[in-house]
Order: sequence, then structure tokens, then C-alpha cells
Amino acid sequence: MRELISLQVNGERREIAVLQHHTLLEVLREDMGLIGTKHGCELGECGACTVLIDGMPVLSCLALPIEVQACDILTIEGLEQNGKLHPLQETFAELGAAQCGYCTPGMLLAGVALLRKHPHPTREQMKEYLAGNLCRCTGYTKIYEAVEVAAQRMSTGEEQPMRPEVEEYHV
Amino acid sequence: MSKQEQNRAQPVHPYTIVGTPRAKVDAYAKVTGRAVYADDILLPRMLYGRILRSPHAHARILSIDTSRAKKLPGVLAIITGEDLPQKFGILPSSQDEYALAIDKVRYVGDPVVAIAALDPDILDEAIKLIQVEYELLPALMSIDEALAHPEVKINDEARIGNIHKAVSYEFGEIEAGFAEADYIREDWFYYEGNNHAPLEAHACVAQWEPNPSDPIGGKLTLWTSTQTPHYVHRELSKVLGIPQSHVRVIAPHVGGGFGGKSDPFSHEICASELSRRTGRPVKITCTREEVFLLHRGRHPVKMWIKTGVRRDGSLTAMHFRSFLDGGAYGSYGIASTYYTGALQTVTYTLPCYKFEGMRLFTNKPPCGPKRGHGTTQPRYAVEVHLDKIAFDLGIDPVELRRRNLIEPYSYTVNGLRITSCALGECLDRVVERSGWNSFHADKQIVAAGLHAENGASSAVTTVKRGMGLAASSYICGAGKPIYWNELPHSAVQIRLDRSGGVTVYCGATDIGQGSTSILAYIVAEELGIQIGRIHLQTADTALTPVDLGSYSSRVTFMAGNAAIAAARKLKEQLFQVAAERMQVSPERLYAVNDVIYDEDDPGVTLSFEHAVQFAEARFGALVAAGSYTPPEGIHGDYKGAGVGPSPAYSYSTCVAQVAVDEETGEIVVEKLWLAHDVGQSINPLLVAGQVEGGAYMGYGEAVMEQQIFRKGRHKIPSLLDYKLATTLDTPEIETILVEIPDREGPFGGKEAGQGPLNPVIPAIANAVYNAVGVRVDEVPITSDKVFKALRNQSQGKGMGLQPSPIETPSPWPTRLIKWQPEEHQSAMKRQSDHTSLQEGVL
Amino acid sequence: MLRLPPFQYLAPKNLAEAAHMLSQEGERAMLVAGGTDLYPNMKRRQFTPPVLIGLRGIPTFKNISGSAEEGMHIGAGVTLTTLAEHPLLLAHYPALATAAGSVSTPQLRNVGTIGGNLLLDTRCNYYNQTEFWRHSIGYCMKKDGDICLVAPGSPRCWAISSADTAPVLVSLGASVRLVSVRGERIVPVQDLFRDDGIHPYTKATDEILSEVILPSATGWQSVYLKLRRRGSFDFPILGVAVSLSASEDGTVSEVRIVLGAVASYPVVAKDAATLLIGQRLTPETIEAASTSAARRAKPLDNADLTMNYRKQVATVYIRRALSHFLNSNYIK
Ligand SMILES: Cc1cc2nc3c(=O)[nH]c(=O)nc-3n(C[C@H](O)[C@H](O)[C@H](O)COP(=O)(O)OP(=O)(O)OC[C@H]3O[C@@H](n4cnc5c(N)ncnc54)[C@H](O)[C@@H]3O)c2cc1C
Ligand code: SF4
Ligand code: FES
Ligand code: FES
Repeated sequence: MRELISLQVNGERREIAVLQHHTLLEVLREDMGLIGTKHGCELGECGACTVLIDGMPVLSCLALPIEVQACDILTIEGLEQNGKLHPLQETFAELGAAQCGYCTPGMLLAGVALLRKHPHPTREQMKEYLAGNLCRCTGYTKIYEAVEVAAQRMSTGEEQPMRPEVEEYHV
Repeated sequence: MSKQEQNRAQPVHPYTIVGTPRAKVDAYAKVTGRAVYADDILLPRMLYGRILRSPHAHARILSIDTSRAKKLPGVLAIITGEDLPQKFGILPSSQDEYALAIDKVRYVGDPVVAIAALDPDILDEAIKLIQVEYELLPALMSIDEALAHPEVKINDEARIGNIHKAVSYEFGEIEAGFAEADYIREDWFYYEGNNHAPLEAHACVAQWEPNPSDPIGGKLTLWTSTQTPHYVHRELSKVLGIPQSHVRVIAPHVGGGFGGKSDPFSHEICASELSRRTGRPVKITCTREEVFLLHRGRHPVKMWIKTGVRRDGSLTAMHFRSFLDGGAYGSYGIASTYYTGALQTVTYTLPCYKFEGMRLFTNKPPCGPKRGHGTTQPRYAVEVHLDKIAFDLGIDPVELRRRNLIEPYSYTVNGLRITSCALGECLDRVVERSGWNSFHADKQIVAAGLHAENGASSAVTTVKRGMGLAASSYICGAGKPIYWNELPHSAVQIRLDRSGGVTVYCGATDIGQGSTSILAYIVAEELGIQIGRIHLQTADTALTPVDLGSYSSRVTFMAGNAAIAAARKLKEQLFQVAAERMQVSPERLYAVNDVIYDEDDPGVTLSFEHAVQFAEARFGALVAAGSYTPPEGIHGDYKGAGVGPSPAYSYSTCVAQVAVDEETGEIVVEKLWLAHDVGQSINPLLVAGQVEGGAYMGYGEAVMEQQIFRKGRHKIPSLLDYKLATTLDTPEIETILVEIPDREGPFGGKEAGQGPLNPVIPAIANAVYNAVGVRVDEVPITSDKVFKALRNQSQGKGMGLQPSPIETPSPWPTRLIKWQPEEHQSAMKRQSDHTSLQEGVL
Repeated sequence: MLRLPPFQYLAPKNLAEAAHMLSQEGERAMLVAGGTDLYPNMKRRQFTPPVLIGLRGIPTFKNISGSAEEGMHIGAGVTLTTLAEHPLLLAHYPALATAAGSVSTPQLRNVGTIGGNLLLDTRCNYYNQTEFWRHSIGYCMKKDGDICLVAPGSPRCWAISSADTAPVLVSLGASVRLVSVRGERIVPVQDLFRDDGIHPYTKATDEILSEVILPSATGWQSVYLKLRRRGSFDFPILGVAVSLSASEDGTVSEVRIVLGAVASYPVVAKDAATLLIGQRLTPETIEAASTSAARRAKPLDNADLTMNYRKQVATVYIRRALSHFLNSNYIK
């Protein structure tokens, strides 16, 4: 039996009829069409389904919509504000932090929460904070670099795209 | 001026786009969540499908009763093996799979029944109502068991017992080679094998469009998370009995593959058939457990290796044997078998080489290609074996390797043509950047106890550090296609629109490595336009010309060359009309950033858009195609010479630094330095990304990921228990790109997707030995194994942990093929001097 | 995609209402706090309760009160993240903060609760598998079957107590408050467990764990070490919790060594503790105690890495845990 509930997703409050046993992951993707949230295990073992609930990274595959009606839910679709990307989205794109892109939505949301908590995170802090998001493609290096550059840009308010410093790769 | 600024001021190559780091063309779709992957597709009236799989490792199917499930409201179709009786498989020589089992199941997970229903909850109910009766058969779960029980026949493809394929080659005179050696060493190694574990599980959506006026009845479209739409297209048509002309396969965004999405799969065929039966779209999304069961992962391989070497470290002969645990079906296994032997000669010069390999069927999920396909296991064995030899002879392991490097532009003893090779540079660079020499010098001082009075360094610590090194090579695409024919391996079409838009069509499939972006960069470079004008249509068998797929590291090389060929044709047309307009000869023109210039007078220009309009007015619609076929004369002329040859080889070296706790065996890999010879990077950011990703995956294979079977089933088919390295485990990775352009690569480029993984595993293994002085000759090297090896050593039970040897069948169960390189090489050289490569390769 | 089986969800607003609902629904219902243990189990069909009673809406469950001197009260619904970052815990009950912070991943700790962690289902890699896998192997006695697959001759289940905070709370001498419609009782954490992989808790089905009560930390030091393969995600395959108080003269006056993930309950190594009482911590006394304590570890082949290994490194981990107090300037 479906139950009418109300969810605040990406700043928009919506009434929606859900099956009680459907997880937030399923409701976001299948009932609300927010397919940006991904899934790799549905058991809490990969982090691909991470969304922010009241600003905190949470696994949508282990959350029930009924339990988060009073909360503010942010998915990858809501990170962009008025057509402007979050600096971390920019740097993920510019610095090659998204390869296949499948971990990317979850990783970005965890990264955004990290930057709120530690505006200038050290590598150790990044590793601690992103330890719940598996990425099978990148080896994480480019993700750290993207977080670092985003942190710089956010503190200086710099808008100019900064070219990645990769000359050092060359002989 | 800083070093970086200097670099910037003097471009090392004449390109505007190629060689410069930039965002991928699909990066913004990916960072905003707009990129659509297979499971993201939700079509109107779509049904959900699921596959009921075998619970037994080996059993005869006595009966299947689906009647109760069929009656459940909401169940729309159920199919079994009888409904799809056509066999299929990726290789023409191993057509041994059914979409759904007929008569027999061969591993836990073998597909048996497929169902389509209105929603997943109904599927749950329905699955429970299906009754399958089995008669259990003995299950063989290892190489040894498969060899010991020929009477238990797992798969009819096996010619003798459970031997799927056996090969035997001798290149040069092996006995003479060993006779020349001052020192001969033999070792056994075991590589356990593992899964690709892409973060996105396999998924597909099939849609059948009935059309009563079509004699066939309609058309099928399949969106699927695949690396090889072309082969899925082929096999779907075969099994479903629908002509290829009526089937369309599209790869949407793919959430990682690493080789695991290179086969045509049962779920793809079943979703299609269920859609045909119900007339509605059907989605099947695999669970993580199913990904482990579909598998096609790295083969477990037991290896024996014997090498002869002179006192100075130069190699005189190598004899290599591999035993592959193939699982229940063929998949790419025949190619994998050859690959375990084919590339030993490509890294170091071997005057003679003997290779015997065999693949066994076992009652496990089928193995196939994983990043480094078939070459990763022998590379691990060879590099550790050489390390032992260096130690035995008292030669620096770097020096030993340097002494044997393969020569650029040469031929190997098994007839493979080598083009560019910067292995020596790679070796120098990792040694330098890792501080290899000073690390080992310091270690010796510590070992000699010279620091004994120095309180700090004599403090008791149970953590020991070590550094190890390894080198490797990999192919840039297979020289021969899966189906041997004369057709191109890759083709690209480009359409210029009068608006100035450029659409590039290519079957190449982006699985995250960036192949779609590479097409854009190459076309933009060649036409002298901005990337922004380019639209890309890829991986759609109805719209795009065939590219064989994202496997064997072929895409940049082959699709890249095809794109260059196509773009050149259009450029010629544009320059012809531009020259007339600008009243200069076409030779004087060059294009950059959407403008065509006169070389001698850059004030004289014509915009790209205008040029397109003039050209369209002159020639009609502007469409051009280019294709690529690898050159002839790149391999020997013996049977089986088709696996191993490639138009070029990439080279990599790795140094690993590890810290091992002597008391607990726990290993921390602190840092990996990886130098990769990529020829010319089209986008260094993407190349570095591939190197880092390969290093990460190699690290996981070396110390983390275990693929164990217990009581006939995968012990740990989940992401909690199958250990993918997290941020807290992954070592720091330093990438060094070595760029010496290859003569035949697109702008000189070579592969980067697979090669860099190969040296990582042996480098770590060698580092562990360097740290604690024990060898674990088995991958992965987990803490419990190191612990046991240390115990063995302290109790005087050998040098560590060695795998048990396999009793080698004698004689080897296939005919020996002997081949002498000399006479053929001169013939090939003559031929290759005149090779006319297809269409405009540089 | 793995999905939950259907259920009805009830959301009590306070503890009394929750206790009432639980007694009304009886065996049909299960409590859920963060759901990070229960939901994966439900998706794999280890549990298919027709009714779930969610504890999130109970405001008092989020409370933390008290001090290091007089002891602390931690609501059952306090998240592991809160515990791991709590300044008082970090300073005075460091083992608890460490254990909470070592659970799985940040995402899980943001939701997982102390109550849920203590009452975590026992684990076994023949049991924490999908319905398909368990069906395939023929099930075991913990769920739907009748034999133990790890020890086929055994009449009992050996599933492992795998909660990180459990051994720590036992070593700290903590207790829990259990509330039901019948009333409430306070039970030492140690007595919450029993040596049974199938029914590992002494809590009655109608009881709700409302809070964890920590005794005074004055004079006590604590440490927690965890063995696992990766830096995150992984459950402990060995946990060593030690709480220790020393006398003025530097000898050990009280010590509790508790091993996690070596049995179906947190194992208290009493003999080893006795060896240390009245002694100074020296390499020799530590070695003796470690060897003695490690004898209590009897791992089976139902968790990661080999059981021999897990057994053998127990000594090392216990030694290192005890040696921590040598290095911490606590005992001169
Ligand atoms: C991938 C993964 C990794 C994990 N790693 C670890 C780890 O490393 N270490 C570790 O300790 N745990 C780990 N866990 C388990 C789990 O996440 C934590 O133990 C968590 O603390 C459980 O809390 P919860 O609130 O989510 O419990 P829930 O899932 O809500 O509940 C667990 C059990 O406790 C009962 N329960 C909960 N609260 C109460 C209450 N107040 N009164 C009575 N009964 C109650 C429930 O009925 C249920 O049976 C992991 C889980 C996953 C999925
Ligand atoms: S210990 Fe035995 S009975 Fe208990 S869960 Fe494991 S296999 Fe089942
Ligand atoms: S889908 Fe893997 S953690 Fe949620
Ligand atoms: S980019 Fe592919 S999983 Fe992270």
C-alpha cells in the first residue's frame, strides 16, 4: 500500500505516494526520476548512493523516505545552483576526477560535506572523510586534487578556471 | 622562470589540442548526475526481469516447473533453456554458452530461468514458485581436480578430459639456450585471479518494436552496460534468430568495465527475448552478487618458469608453463591461454623461448579478460622470478633488467614486430624519482649495523620497509580481430553541417577511460577547430560504424587512426575551396581554432564555418569516413601467431615502497612510482588517470582482493567481503609519462588503459621480499600469508610460502609447434617497409 | 537491485509509546534505530518482520549527559559519529570514541546508533549472504536450516559478536537500561550477552534499550585496537579493549581485557587480568598476560583471513594494547 508522504529534496518540497518498504534510493530514482543517485551494492558497502541529509552524508540505500520527511535532502541534481556548478563539480570535471562517473555523484556529495567541515582539508582528512566512497577507476588521486583546488577556489572566491598543473608528467 | 613555465613556453610538439590537459567531453554530464547509465533508463510500460540461477556447481536438470509462477498475477513471461536453444560465445571457437541452461548447470550462478513481471516485488514471489529438480554431479573446483578427474566432463568443448585448450611452442633452440647459461633457476607461482568489480553492476533494457508489415516482425533495441556493443549485436541476432539488420545495440554511459563487460551475456539475451514475448520494454539489473557470478574475471593461473642466464645477467633461454583455471565456459579463454605466453618476449630479449599453456574447465564462474588480459599473471611470475635471479647472482635488479631490454623497432623470437619502445627511459625515470639507489644504499648500511650506536635507528620497531621494482609491456590493440576477416577494426564517420557543427560517429565505447573525448580531440586537432563544435555519437550499432569495442587497449590507437583518416578527407575538401577563396595554394593553408590561415600571410583567413558552406556548395553534403586495419607482417607465420601481435606496444615500470609489520604480517604499500611509455598523450590528464587507476587496481590485486571458493561456491560475493581498496588503503601514486611518439600511433600515441597495471603486482611482491626477506609466491599477498611465510622462515621451513607444483602431464597434451625466427624476419622486414597502412596513418 | 521485503512501519513519538507498540505487536515486530545493520539483513532476508518500529522519533534517545567524574548517560539513539567526536569521550573514554569511530564508514556512522551497535546481529560468512547464496548452500541453523556449516558436527551456532563498541563497553564496566511495558531494569553490558550465535542477547523481545550508562572514568585509562583488512568498511575480525586503573605506586589495581570478534559474545580475559593485578606493567608481565588472554580467542573459519592467523595475532594485538599504557605516560 502506498502512503502519501512529503519530502524536501534539493530545496523543493513534494508530496509523493511511496511504498513503505522502498528505500530513499528507490524513491529518488524510480518515483522522482532523480537518477543521478547511483547504486553499486544496496547494502551499505560502496557509498555510490550517498546523498546529504541535513548536510550529512548518508546512504540512500539504507534510508527510508518515511524516516526523513522532516529533513533536507540534497542529491547530485541539487548541487548546481541556478545553473552554476559547485566549485567541486567544476574541479572534478577539469581535473579528471570522474572517469566512468559512477561513483561521482556520491563522491561529490561526500566531498561537499567535507569542504563544509574542513574548508582546507589535509590529505589525511580527505582520506578519512571519503573512506566510505569506493571508486574503482581513479585510484583517488585526481579526486584529492580536485578537492584541493576547489578548496583554494572557494576560499579565494576565484572564478577563473585554474589549469591543472600536469606539466610535471612530461619528461 | 620555473621549470613548468619553461615547459609551457616551449611546446614539445606542434599541436594545439593534442597533448594538453583538458576536461573530458562528458565530464559535465557526469558531475551533474545527468549522464544516463543503463539502469537509469525508465521506459513507459517497462517490466522488470530477473534470472533464476543454479544453486549447484554441477548438476543435471531433471525438470523445470514454472506453472505456479506463471499463474501469479503480474508475471508476464517466463522462459527457459528450450526457448533459446542456440549456443553462443564471444569467440567463434568457443560457442559453448546457452542463454539459459539446457540439460546441465556448470557453476553456482549458471542462468536457468528468466522472468518478466510488473515490479520487483512480484519477481521475488515468482522466483520462489519456480521448481527446478536437479541431479547432482561431482564438482571440480581447482586446476588439480580438473586434471585429476578427466572422467567428470564439465564442458563438451574440452578435447581431452577437462582440458579446454592446450598449446605448445618452441621458438629458437631451447636446449641450446639452456646449454649456454651459467645459471638456471626454476620457480612455481600462483595467481589467484579476481573480479573486475566495476562500481556499476551490469544492467540492460530491451525494447521490442513490433511491426506487422516487417517480414521479421519488428526491431529490437538493447541499451546495455557493455564494452563491446558490436559483439553483443552479433550474438543477440544469432541467439534470437533476428537478422543483425533488425537489432540495435546501444551502450549508454558505462560505469566501469575493466574487461568484465566484454562478453555477450545471458541477461542481455533474456531481456531481449522477454521483451519480444511481452511487447514491452524489459529491464534486467544484476545484483552485486550476480556480477561476481557472471565474472569473466582474471584467470587463476599456476605457473612454472625456468630461465637460463649468463653470469653477466643476460638471458639465454626461458621455458614457461601456465595452467589456467577457466571456470565453466570458454569466454575469451583460448585467447587468455595464448596471452599467458605471448608477451614474455616483448619486454626482454629472449634468444629462445618455450611456452606450454593449458586451460582447464572447472565448476566455477567463467573467467575471461581483465585489465592486462592474460599477461598480468605471467608478468608477475616473470618479474619476481627475475628478481630472485638477480639476487642469486648478486646483480642489482635494475641492472639485470637493463641488460635484457628489448630493442625498439625490432622483432622478437616469436616473430612479433616491436615499434617504439621507451622501456629503458621508463626504468631510468622510476629509479630516479623513487630514490631507488639511495633507499637501497641506506638499507644496506642499516643491515650492516653501522647505525648500531645511533639510538634513533636502532630503536626496536617491528615495521620493516622495502622497495621493489618491475617492468612490463602491453599491446595497443590486437593485431587480429576476434572474427578473422578483412574488415576494418575501427571506423569513424564525420559529418560537417553548414551551421559549422561537426558530428563524429564511431562505434567506440567509452567505459570511463575517455575514448569518446579522444575522438573529439583528434578530430578537432586535425580539422583545426574548437572542441565545442563537435557532437559525438558513439557506441550505437544503428548509427555508428563498427568499432570492435573497448578491449585489448585498442581504441585510442585504432579509432584514433580512423578518425584522423576521416578528418583528413574533409580537411582536403575544405582546403580546396578555401584555397580558391583565399587565392593561395592549398599547401600554404593551415587551420587552428576555427580559422584557416595562409601560412605566409596570417592576415589572410577564412572562417571554418564559411569554408564548410563553400565546400558544401561545391561538393554536396560533407560526410567522410576513415577506417583502420592493423598492418600485415607484425607476427610470425605459425598456427596461433594471431594472439600477441599488436601494431605497437606500450611499456611501463613500477617501483613500490612497502612497510611490513614483522609481527603481524600486515602490509602497507606506501607509495607507487609508475613510469609509462605512452608514445604521445592525446590528453595527459586522461593518461595519468589511467595510470593511477591501473596502479590502484594492481595494488588491490597484489594485497587485497581474494577470490576464494568454498564448498562449491564463491565465498564472498559482496563488496564488504571482496576487498576493494578504500581511500585509507590506497598508496600514494606518482605518475611519470614518457613520451616518445610511435610511428604508427595517432599523433604517436599508444595505449595506457591496461599496461600500467602489470608491473605493480610484481613490484609490490619484490618490495615485500626486500622488506622482510621472505617470498610469498602467490597473489594476493595477504597479511596471513606473510605471517605464515615469516613463521616458516623462522622455523627453518624454507624461504617463505611457495605454491604446490602441479604434476605436469607428460607428454604435453598437444603437438609442439617449433618455429625459427630468422628466415621469417628478413621477409617480414622487407614487407613492412612497404606496408601501406590503411588510409592515412601517420 | 536488492530490495527490502514489504513491512508496515510504525513511528512512536516517545519511549512509552514504543514499548507499548512493541508489546502489542509481539514477535511480529522488530525495532529499528539507524537500520544500518537491520536493513542489509532484511534485504538478504535474514529477517522479514511484518512490522518495524522506528526509534528515531524518540527525542530522549539522542541525549548525552553526565561527566567523566560521575559517569555518563548516552541515549541509545546517539550516533556513532557523535560518539567518535564527543570531546568528553575523546578525553576520558578514548577507547569508546576510537571504537565508535572505527565502525564502517562516515556515512554509516552518521546514522548507526550505539544501541544498534550493541545489539548488532552476530556475524558469520555463511550467514551474511543473500537469500540465493544461503539457499544454494542449504541454509544453516541460524536461519532456515538445521546444521552449522562452519562446524557441521556442532549442536550450536558460532556466529561472531562483531560490534566494535561491545568489548569496549564491557571493559569500561558500562551498563544498559532496558525498558518494557513491564518496567525497566539496569543490566551490566557484560550480562547483555550470552554464548549463543543465534540468540546472543539476554534482552527480552519486548524490551527496548534506552541508554548506555558509563561509570566514572576517574583513575581509568582505556584503549581499543581493531584488526581488519581495510581502513574502513570492515567489521573487526579481532577487537581488543582494555581498561586499566593503576595505584599510586604504579602497580595495576584493576584491569579488564576484553576480546571482540573471537566468539559469540565479548570475551573477558579474567585470568590474564588476575596476572596483572598488583604488578607493574613490564614487557614480561605484559607478555604473560597477553599469552594468557590470547588463549581465550578461539576463532573459527567464518570471518575474513585464516582462523590460525586471527588466533596467532591476538597475542600481538593484546600485547600492543597493554603496551599502550606504557607509552601513554600514564604509568611511569
Ligand atoms: C558495510 C557495513 C559495515 C559495517 N561495519 C561495522 C563495523 O566495522 N563495526 C561495527 O561494529 N558495526 C559495523 N556495521 C554494523 C552497523 O552499521 C553498526 O553496528 C551500527 O551501529 C548499527 O546501528 P543501527 O542503529 O544502524 O542499528 P539497527 O540496524 O537499527 O539495529 C540493529 C539491531 O539492534 C536492534 N536495536 C537497535 N536499537 C535498539 C534499541 N534501542 N533497543 C533494542 N533493540 C535495538 C534492532 O532491532 C536490530 O536488531 C557495519 C554495517 C555495514 C552495512
Ligand atoms: S556459525 Fe554455523 S550456524 Fe552459525 S551462522 Fe555460521 S554457519 Fe550458521
Ligand atoms: S548502493 Fe552501495 S552503499 Fe548504497
Ligand atoms: S570514476 Fe568510475 S568508479 Fe569512480
